[in-house]
Parts: sequence; structure tokens; C-alpha cells
Amino acid sequence: MNQPAMNEAAMGQTITNPVMSMVELQSILPLIVLTLAIVLLMLVIAFKRTHGITVVGTVIGLLATFLSIPLATAVGDQEMSLLTVDRYGMFFTLLLLGVALASTLLSWEYLRHRHERNEEFYLLLLLATLGALVLAFANHVVSLLLGMELLGVSLYAMISYPDRGKLPLEAAIKYLVLSGCASAVLLFGFALLYAALGSLSFAGMGERLASASDNQVLLLTGTALVLTGIGFKLSVVPFHMWTPDVYQGAPLPVAGFLATVSKGAIFAALLRLFMDAELYQYNTLLIALSVLAVASMIAGNLLALLQQNVKRLLSYSSIAHFGYLLITLVAGGVLKGGPFAVEAASYYLIAYIVTTLAAFAVISVLSSDGEDEKQEVSDLTGLFWHRPLLAGLLTLALLSLAGIPLTAGFIGKLYVFSAGIEGALWVLLGALVLGSAIGIYYYLRIIYVMTLQEDNKVIGRTIPWLGETVAVVLAGLVIWLGVFPQTLMVYIGAFF
Amino acid sequence: MILVNLILILLVGGVIAWLAERQHPGLPRWIALIVILFDLAYLVAAADLSWTKINVVPNPSEAATWLIHYKAEWIPRFGISFELAMDGLSLLMVILTLVLGAISVSASWTDIKQRTGFFEANLLWTLAGVLGVFLALDLFLFFLFWEVMLVPMYLIIAIWGHEGRGYASMKFFIFTQVSGLLMLFAILALVVLNQHSTGEYTFSYFDLLGHGVTGDMAYLLMLGFFIAFLVKLPGFPVHTWLPDAHTQAPTAGSVILAGILLKTGAYGLIRFVVPLFPHEAMAFSPIALALGAVGIIYGAILAFGQDDFKRLVAYSSVSHMGFVLLGVFAWNALALQGAVMQMVAHGLSTAALFMIAGSLQERLHTRDMSKMGGLWQNMPRMGAMAMFFMLASVGLPGLGNFVAEFMVLVGLFKVAPWMATISALGLIVAAVYSLIMMQRAFQGKPKEGLQLPDYGVREMLTMAVMIIGLVWLGLYPQPVLDTAQPVLDSLTTLVGSGESSVVEASVVEMSTAEVADNLNSVQIVGVVK
Repeated sequence: MNQPAMNEAAMGQTITNPVMSMVELQSILPLIVLTLAIVLLMLVIAFKRTHGITVVGTVIGLLATFLSIPLATAVGDQEMSLLTVDRYGMFFTLLLLGVALASTLLSWEYLRHRHERNEEFYLLLLLATLGALVLAFANHVVSLLLGMELLGVSLYAMISYPDRGKLPLEAAIKYLVLSGCASAVLLFGFALLYAALGSLSFAGMGERLASASDNQVLLLTGTALVLTGIGFKLSVVPFHMWTPDVYQGAPLPVAGFLATVSKGAIFAALLRLFMDAELYQYNTLLIALSVLAVASMIAGNLLALLQQNVKRLLSYSSIAHFGYLLITLVAGGVLKGGPFAVEAASYYLIAYIVTTLAAFAVISVLSSDGEDEKQEVSDLTGLFWHRPLLAGLLTLALLSLAGIPLTAGFIGKLYVFSAGIEGALWVLLGALVLGSAIGIYYYLRIIYVMTLQEDNKVIGRTIPWLGETVAVVLAGLVIWLGVFPQTLMVYIGAFF
Repeated sequence: MILVNLILILLVGGVIAWLAERQHPGLPRWIALIVILFDLAYLVAAADLSWTKINVVPNPSEAATWLIHYKAEWIPRFGISFELAMDGLSLLMVILTLVLGAISVSASWTDIKQRTGFFEANLLWTLAGVLGVFLALDLFLFFLFWEVMLVPMYLIIAIWGHEGRGYASMKFFIFTQVSGLLMLFAILALVVLNQHSTGEYTFSYFDLLGHGVTGDMAYLLMLGFFIAFLVKLPGFPVHTWLPDAHTQAPTAGSVILAGILLKTGAYGLIRFVVPLFPHEAMAFSPIALALGAVGIIYGAILAFGQDDFKRLVAYSSVSHMGFVLLGVFAWNALALQGAVMQMVAHGLSTAALFMIAGSLQERLHTRDMSKMGGLWQNMPRMGAMAMFFMLASVGLPGLGNFVAEFMVLVGLFKVAPWMATISALGLIVAAVYSLIMMQRAFQGKPKEGLQLPDYGVREMLTMAVMIIGLVWLGLYPQPVLDTAQPVLDSLTTLVGSGESSVVEASVVEMSTAEVADNLNSVQIVGVVK
């Protein structure tokens, strides 16, 4: 029997120097700077409650974190007991910070006309971002859970932040209960895995997994529980039930944050776990992932067909997109963890994040006048004729989600297709084709509604120039990633 | 750079037309017309199109032997480049596109009253996309144009279409998109498999011609391409999007759809399916020929059953495009020439018929033929035009469509006599539905109290262009045949080397000049009769 010894050495893989060196501290500078920014912002709010100043403070904090990245990368890759600082983590840090910045600006447009006390919202946003950054670097179950909880707990409060209406409250409670359950399941699963393997670091788990011959029951149960927990967080079918309700109830900028930062960071951590622990060599796991992928692609797209609410529609579409994304993981099995699977997964994830955020940004900007959110498909009727810029941007985002060439989504789809062909995953590719075919219909329906004639209904009293700028920049990124993907391809090709 | 400029002119012209609407709502039309004509003039002036150059038989796998070739690195990670090239076949298609583009601008002149700028912009962007399809020789780039040209076309139908535009535009987009996904899959599988054997990613047509994929896999990949092109052609049984899209599109949209967009499918068959997978295509040819023949007869019968003028013309397109499928899969010089000829002739004749249908709708506010009748009395000029193009579409000797269908049938007869015999029956049904259309709409007793404006100068000028084109194609098809011949020769030799080829040597050797001579004598007999 392989009794796990409950000592320090077993918890981590290489805890030879429990005290961090200066170099290591420097390498996690982004996390430190962001934490400091949160503390400072809290003090600022305590002294003077002003929406504008808080937003400026948030932006400065995020920019300072951006600026600390070159300093952190100067010392090279660092492998610590809980965090791995490498190109992969730094890249996702950059991406997540960018999304957080965009969300901050969108939240400012969204909140300033509808709420009195907005300041703490930005604290929560920064805290959630900090959790996401920890996930991007996590190489250990402890840091994985830490990041996930930091992200999740901040999100509960963010979802229910606007105090009027029942929907946000309902969504927050739903998310609290279900996400709490998922975390518990995840924790229990990791506990079982620890009992079987005696290690909690990704690499250590992989090593012992490869040599473990007994304890099959523990291993299988543990893996199934972990998969359930992560499936919940990524909202893949059949663990997706909460997603549409929570998206619908959450304020628009938060829904966008939830769909991009939360999911993106967790997937980034999952990808690292997948690679570090060399999970791609276990057929059972690959089969389970394939089932989840097919179910998500088919069910997500079918359910999206019926939606009249844009937020619910986008939530189902994001379920389907994570189905596509899982194909790259399964392909990683056949490619024996070759760099192509990581490249494909990363590119798809980046394309998904940028595109989805662009779509949420447009809807959020449309809803920035303080009245009810413009979240029904019918609210968008005739948008092409009275808000051509926003309609054009939304069209672009939807075409990218549908995978039409010249957009980021197409290159992402190209990657998923190539990975699937490399891995000869014909069933998954069949589901991909079918799912995309269904997907075209509901994306196109929104575009069609926007082209309809409507007696000049004026949407919006003010011109939310800041929000529009954010949407334009995101749309520009969607095109840039779709037309000139070479630079990014080369960069992410060298991750692992 | 010439080829890049050809596309860029249209793209930029679209933006200018869009912006010009602010100055004056009529301005975009003029701009669109000028841009298209300028593009055409630019092609003639900038490209060195002497016969000596066109007559060079190009080596399909060697870019340097093509008329014009342009290549720039794009995404080296996957061996994707911005590669455009032109040979005789694409030259013909580009000219057809630009001519019909100008005609469609004329068709939109009074038809489109709202948001003229955005309409003309979409029209020019669709044309740019189509030019890209005809010129791209990097499979990634080809697919990109193939998909992107859908978006402005979708908007044209969805915004300016008739009563059922939502359904029709959606169906159009989904049919092409889904079949496009199959093609994307086939392209990527081809590239990946080619990479496995050569160790290098490449999307270039010239490199992929020598791919080593064989067996069932190659057959499946061929099917992926074939289905995408069959949908666009459209061929039986995936033609059902076409009647809806054509009927609901505004006149200019129908002209572009029928005249140009359908030809991209035919072009794809000739350019990609058969050269990339010669053996598989030959093994598949009995099925493809059967689909073509069924399409001809089925389309014709359905056309006969329509009350809607535009729907009738749309179904007749299904029928006529069946000949292209036959011509391609008979795969000998004669039938291929016929297919190319049919692409050009059908483009002109159907565009004209759709314009007439559009003018009727504009004047009568209906497309229902049971509400027409005796229109010749009111509008003799339009009646005469309808008569001419109806006869052209039936295949009257002396006009382009006859040459095309005759050549296809003769070429096919050498390979599959029964198939040719059955397909020829389609010509009879074509005469029936065309005559019925003529009778119901234009002949008979005029409805009382109808005062309709006849065709004016603009319409007659537009019609004249198409009449001259069809008569020229019918009486002196040699220039078109000569332009396409070197390309088709090179392609037939590519396939002819295959062991499963059904092409008989005698047909391949029969020179096109001989064919044309035969044709001319046949026509004289026809005219004398």
C-alpha cells in the first residue's frame, strides 16, 4: 500500500526552500502589484466616495500591473511550489488584465446612470481578477482552489451588486449555491486523488499517476469528482444548468466578465494541469472529455436556438464553444501532448474571450442609459439604422462566433478542425460540423433582426463614447486576430 | 498586383459608394457603375491579354505558365499565402462577373429606393468576393472568399428583399455555410494529410495538386468539395435554397445570384474537384452525371408548375445548370467547352430574364402570372425582349445557350449515350415551360385599364448588351472557346493519364476549331429551317 505521508515534502513537489527568494518574488510582481492596488483602492474609497476617482484608481492599478509584467519576465521562468511563472502564465495574465480593464470601463458606463454606491464593485472586480491571475500561474491544487475561490466569491457579490430587481439576487444565490457545491465536489475529488497519489502538485500527481497500479477505485472516483467540479465551473453539458439563469440575472458587464475571465482562467489552469500531469495519456479521461464535448456542442447549440434573450443565447453559445474547445484537449491525447494541442486550445480560447467580450460590450453599451437592459433579441430591432456603429460591431462579433473567415473565430475554428483531423477524431468533428451548422442560425437571426425596419426608435439618451471605444478596440482585435494571426501563432506555439 | 488591384478597386469603390449617399441618394449608382466599368477597363489595359499568351497551354501545377500570377506570404505558420492567379478560364469568369455586375447596377437603378449607398456597397463587395473566388489559388484564400462573399449577398436579400426575405436569406446562408464547412473540413484534411507525407504545411493549389492521398480518404475529401460546389451550382437534391433566394432577392440580387454566384460552384468543380481528385472524380462520375440529368428534368418539370414568374426562372436555372454538371463530369474537351460556354451564356440569358421579372414586379407589384396576361399590348418592347431571352434559354440555334448545351450533349454522348439521351429530353420540357410563361404573361387578352410604362432607354441599353453577347456567343463562339481551350486541354491531360478515365482518346484529340466548324454548319441548318 502506498500510504500518503502527511508531511511537508509530500504536499508539494519541490519544497526545498520554503522561503521565497527575491527573484521569485520579482517574478510574481503582477500579483503583488495588483494586491497592493486593491488595498490602496480600498483606502481611497474609505476616504472619499467618488465613482470617477474609483474608476481612475482601478485603471491605474491595472495599468501598474501591466507595467510590472516586463519586470517580472526579466528574471525568466520560475518554478515555485505553488506557482509556475512562465510565458504561458504571463500571456494569460496579459489577456486577463486586458479583459479586466475593458470590463472596468464598461462597468463605469453601465453603473453611472443606475446606481448610487458603485465604488466597492471595482474592488470586487480587482479581487476577481487577482483570483484569475493566480489560476493562470497555478501548478498546484492548493493554488488552483485558492484562485478559483477568490474568483468565485468575488463574483457572487458582483452578480448581485445592483440592488434593484429580483433577477440579480436570484442569479447570485443560484451561483452561490451551485458553485459552492461544485467547489465542494472538486475539493473532495482532490482529497481522494491525494489519498491515492500522495501529491497535490500537478507534476507530482502526474508522476505518481503514471506509476500507480492499485487504488483504481479511488483514482476513478476522484477523477470523476474533479471532472464534475471543473465541468461546473466551465459550464459544459451536463453541468450547465446554472449558466443561462446566472448570465441573465447578472448585470451585463458582469455577465461578460463571467463568460470570459472566469471561464478563461479556469480553462487556462485546466490546460496546465492537463499538460503538467500528462493527463492526455489516459484513455478513460479522453473518452469522458469526448462525451462532455459532444454533449456541449449539440445541447448548447440546440438550446440556444430557442432563446429570445440575448444574454441567455450567448450563455448557451459559450457552452457550445467550450465543447469545441474540449476537442483540442482530446486531440492532445493522440498527439501525445505535442505543442499543437496547446497552441490550438490557446488560440481558440483567446479568440473566444475577445469575441465574447466584444458581443457583451456592445449589449452593455446599448444598456448604459440607466433604463432596463436591452437584453431581448427584439430590443435590437432596426439597430443597423439608428446605431450603425454598434450594430456593425455586434455583427462582427456574431460572425466571429459563427466562425466566418476574416475573424478571430474562424482561425480558432481552423485550429480546432486541424487538431481534430490530426487526432482523427471523426465523431467529434461530425458534432463540430453539426453544432456549427445549428449555430449559424441563431447568430444570423440576431443580425437579421438588426436589419429590420423600425420606425426610428431611439436607443440611448447619451453617447457612451468610452464604452463604444472599448467595443471598437475589441472588434479591431477580432479582425486583427483573424487577418494577421501569424505573430500570435508563433508566440503560443512555444508555450510548453 | 493587377489581380489584387482588381479586387481592391471594387472594395474601395463600395466604401465610396456608401459614403456618397450622404451627398445625393442617386450618386451611389453612378459610382458603382463607374467603378465596375473602370475595373473592367483596368483589366483590359493593365493585363497583357494577347492571344499568343492566352494560347499557351498552362501547366496546372506550375504557376509561371499562367497568364498572371501573384503571391505574397501571409500566414507562414500554416503555409498560407495570398496567392492569386489567372488563366483563360478565370479570365472568362472575371469578365462575365464584371459585365453582369454592371448590368445588376442597372437593374437596381429604380428598384432600390432606400439606403442606395449601402446597397451598392454590398453589391460591389459581393462582386469583389466573387472575383476573389475566381482568382484565388491558395485553398485557404479561396475558402475565405467563398465564405465572405456570402455576407454582403445575405444582407442584400435580407434588407432589400421581398415579403419572405427573412426565411429565404437565412436558408441561403445556412445551405452555403454548412456545405462550406464540409469543404473546409476537406481542405484541412487534405492539407494535414499532405503535411504528413511531405512534412510541410501548404495550402497552395500548385503544391496540393501532387498530394499523395488515395483510396477511401481521397474519395471522401472529393465528396466534401463536391457537395459544397453542388449546393452552389445548384444541383439536385440540394437546390432547394435557390428558388427561395432568387424569388425573394431584389432584382439586382437575383441577377448576381443567378448570373455569377452559381458559376462559382461550376468553377469550383472544374478547378478543384476534378484536378485534385481525378481518379475519385472519375469513379464518382456516374452518380454526378445522374444527378445532373435528374436536375435537368426535375428542374424543368418544377419550372412548368410555377405561377410565380421569378420562381419559374429560378427553377429553369436548376435545369440549365444541370448541363454544367454533365459537361464537367463527362470530362472531355468538347463537353467541358460546353460547360464553360453554358456558364457564360446562362449567366447572360438568366440575368436578362430576372431583370424582366423585376421590371414586371416593379410595374405590377406582383410576380403571379395568373394576374398577368396580354402585357405585350401595353409593353411591346419588354415583350419582345422577353421573347428573345425565352428563346435563348430554350436553346434556339444561333444563340449562345444552344452552342453550350449542344456541345455538352455531343461530348456526353461519346461517354454516356443514355445519359445524353435522357438529358436531351430536358430541352423539350424547357420549350414547354418557356412557351407557357410567354403565353401567360405576355400574350392573350390584356387586363382592362392597365397602363404600364414600357422599357426606357436605360433598360433597352442593358438588354442590348446581353442580346449582343448572346448572339455573338451563338454565331461566333470561337474567341470564348479559344480562351478556355488551353486551360481545359491542360486539365484533361492531367486527368486523361488516369487509368480509370472514361475519356476516349478520339474525343480529346478532336480539336476545338473542328467542333466550332461543325457547330456553325449545324446552326446554319437550324436557321434555314
